[in-house]
Amino acid sequence: MRVVKEVRDDRTVLSVQEDRIDAHNSGDLKNVVLKTLEGGAQNVVIDLARVQFIDSSGLGALLSGYKNANLRSSGFALAGLQPRVRSMFELTRLHRVFDIYPSLQLALSA
Amino acid sequence: MCETVVNLDIVVPNQTRYLRFVGAIAEQLAKELDVQEDKRDTLAYHLNLALTEAVANAIQYSSAVNAKDSVRICLSVEDAYLSVRVFDHGRGFDLAAVPTPDLDELRERGRGIFFIRSVMDSVQYRKTDSGNVLEMRKKIA
Repeated sequence: MRVVKEVRDDRTVLSVQEDRIDAHNSGDLKNVVLKTLEGGAQNVVIDLARVQFIDSSGLGALLSGYKNANLRSSGFALAGLQPRVRSMFELTRLHRVFDIYPSLQLALSA
Repeated sequence: MCETVVNLDIVVPNQTRYLRFVGAIAEQLAKELDVQEDKRDTLAYHLNLALTEAVANAIQYSSAVNAKDSVRICLSVEDAYLSVRVFDHGRGFDLAAVPTPDLDELRERGRGIFFIRSVMDSVQYRKTDSGNVLEMRKKIA
């Protein structure tokens, strides 16, 4: 799983560089997010703009991040969901749980 | 083997790195089918999703018994129905006992079968002499 980590002001942005999150790489994503939170990041934004496909394990990895962030009172947001990816959040009603922004730019200016 | 208009028989090692491969085949097949243009992309994604979830499960079940096993997938089109069968050699499970997830619970697992049921018209899982098979069907016309 290729993820670019970048700190912008008080936000830590994790940009997923893969077009697909499935059972092959979702464990990696879960670990990257967890290590970022363990490293003290207070506001994490996951940029999913490049991701065209996500399965149940990918949603599980993001839920893991969300719950870990909540435990640490850290912010956790998603940005740049493509229509197919967003449809998975709507199917599971997770779009009501996550803070979701149309783009990274909007997430950073929120 | 299936005597049908389209019949793809695929065998991959039970390694998750092949999920991308089988998902791409599913999408390509959907794009070749005679369906309405505005429904083609959705069908392609749903087929990719259902097959990815099913093969990921089969890999998990098979690996528990034999790490060097393989997973067989049969995609066929007949009488306006698309049929996807995924075979595994694991211990099997009771599909009827898999609950619909409580979507208000934020559990990290347990949505795979829900996704398959959501995007396909029917799902069955049965044990055969040669292993277990998850069969999913969807009307395409």
